[in-house]
Amino acid sequence: MTVAVFFGCAFIAFGPAFSLFVFTIARDPLRVIILIAGAFFWLLSLLLSSLVWFISIKASNSQDLRLQRDLLIFGVFFSVLLQEVFRFAYYRLLRKATEGLAAISDEDTSAISVRQMAYVAGLGFGIMSGAFSMINVLSDSLGPGTVGIFGDSQYYFITAALMTLALTLLHTFWGVLFFEGCEKSRWWVIAAVVSLHLLVAGLVMFPLDAAGELHITRASHYCFTFIHTARVI
Amino acid sequence: MADHVEHAVNNVSVDGTEGSRHTETSPGRTEVELNGQPPTARPPLVLTDTEEDEDEELTLKYGAKHVIMLFIPVTLCMVVVVATIKSVSFYTQKDGQQLIYTPFREDTETVGQRALNSMLNAAIMISVIVVMTLVLVVLYKYRCYKVIQGWLFFSNLLLLFFFSFIYLGEVFKTYNVAMDYLTLALIIWNFGVVGMICIHWKGPLRLQQAYLIMISALMALVFIKYLPEWTAWLILAAISVYDLLAVLCPKGPLRILVETAQERNEPIFPALIYSSTMVWLFNMADSAETRNNSSHPVPEQENQVAVAPMAQPDDDGGFTPAWVDQQQHQLGPMQSTEDSRREIQELPSARPPPEEDEEERGVKLGLGDFIFYSMLVGKASATASGDWNTTLACFVAILIGLCLTLLLLAIFKKALPALPISITFGLVFYFATDNLVRPFMDQLAVHQFYI
Repeated sequence: MTVAVFFGCAFIAFGPAFSLFVFTIARDPLRVIILIAGAFFWLLSLLLSSLVWFISIKASNSQDLRLQRDLLIFGVFFSVLLQEVFRFAYYRLLRKATEGLAAISDEDTSAISVRQMAYVAGLGFGIMSGAFSMINVLSDSLGPGTVGIFGDSQYYFITAALMTLALTLLHTFWGVLFFEGCEKSRWWVIAAVVSLHLLVAGLVMFPLDAAGELHITRASHYCFTFIHTARVI
Repeated sequence: MADHVEHAVNNVSVDGTEGSRHTETSPGRTEVELNGQPPTARPPLVLTDTEEDEDEELTLKYGAKHVIMLFIPVTLCMVVVVATIKSVSFYTQKDGQQLIYTPFREDTETVGQRALNSMLNAAIMISVIVVMTLVLVVLYKYRCYKVIQGWLFFSNLLLLFFFSFIYLGEVFKTYNVAMDYLTLALIIWNFGVVGMICIHWKGPLRLQQAYLIMISALMALVFIKYLPEWTAWLILAAISVYDLLAVLCPKGPLRILVETAQERNEPIFPALIYSSTMVWLFNMADSAETRNNSSHPVPEQENQVAVAPMAQPDDDGGFTPAWVDQQQHQLGPMQSTEDSRREIQELPSARPPPEEDEEERGVKLGLGDFIFYSMLVGKASATASGDWNTTLACFVAILIGLCLTLLLLAIFKKALPALPISITFGLVFYFATDNLVRPFMDQLAVHQFYI
């Protein structure tokens, strides 16, 4: 059962991202570099937000569980905001790089368009975010054990895999929307992306019940993102 | 020891980032006569602005490809090391044995004593490496090639036979595979001999690259096993500082080595460098070589033998008499001499640069770099409590460092140290992820929060 769970959860969580990588990104070296640099930027944002959270934890009373939980929630929201800031920073970096390439090349078009870069950058963020959430869970699922033996939910692995999948794809969509908003200076699009990200992070935090939470959060954020993507295109 | 020789040349150099449009030889590359022209006979070509811009653009365009050509072997080496660390417990067990270069023990009573011991260990190791590098440079400068060849030969022998024998033994123990000595001897013998041939003589490019990756991984595993904790981290930090100084300072040993090699138009020992394109040997006998230049299929004389992945046919270079007859029939009898070829070369040509230039402009990375990158990621996976997150973070950090180093290489166009940026990023991300991100992600995972 454990190996089956491992493979099942791995494919659920990383299958689409992996196939996107293989079919659209792997052939073009420039896109691979942009992908890895996107992952790096997400990692930087996570590092800084963990630093802030760590400092706040150390500065507070570790016995007060309520406070710890509130600090964690604050940490989550701060991390979301910082991720969006780094997404913007990555956008600026990529624009500069494209301009540099376009300036010295003969043709008017550069090797890669802003939309492609947006997609690749979003996927980079998504893959890294998903990997960080899921990899430790996956490696535990391989070993001997029983899920939920102490009364917790039996569906831990599968919900984790599905949430990772959702977040990876969401980051990709958000990347596309965000860069589009920056390009066309439509600030409401950027605001929408940020608020959606906050909403998703927040929704996961207030579960109604084990199944209800998953249902509502996934459905709602898919809906929102598809509506907005349709609008801007 | 093998490691010192490999540490010695841990810098990055790129071939032919200058002038892709011209078939001139650039100082960073192995010097080859192209199309019948000796390297020094060509008058200096003055690049106009547009040509320079095009060169720059071509460099940047091809820069991404070179980065990927290095990403893949570095990733493969790291994957091998991490996979071994995770599955074969031998390399994470501390038997109490240490290398003779790190005599001080770290299982002391106080933290201060431990810090002192590890600093002393690191100092001894680094000074051994510095001494070995200086010896290598002196030997190279005074043309004692045989000594260097013998040294490299012996160290590769040790790695390919002895260390891989130990590795294979441990893998068999882990998976409880029964094996007799005869079969084992056969396997190790074949592996080792083919490795020696590929690395020190001729062999298919991919096989040679695979062997270089394997010996780097073996070396990294040895370091992970035998270096104590704090010593290993200090050595990583110190060696990147040393690398920076050795390659960039005017009197740095590695810079002297690279410059001497460039002056003499020789490649640096292939057993120490991973090359993404054809590998060139030095001190091979002269022989007539051909190259399939798509626009000028003319046989040429070369000073060195190309260990090309394609088969080397007989000396007529594949221009069988039948083909020559046919050409002469179609185009009329032609006689090309050195002078006529040179004249034709000097005519301005609008043809695109020949195919091979793109592939020849490969990039080289020293094996020492592979070893230390893999050592960092291997230690991250072995000892980090954040486990896979830390490993992944270090992996991405090292790749980004390598990417930045190659970017700088494309801008500055001379040999650069490959360790400082990557190792700095790797160390920062290791300690940050292990101490800051891990508790955060653990808390998030417990409560099932997703960011």
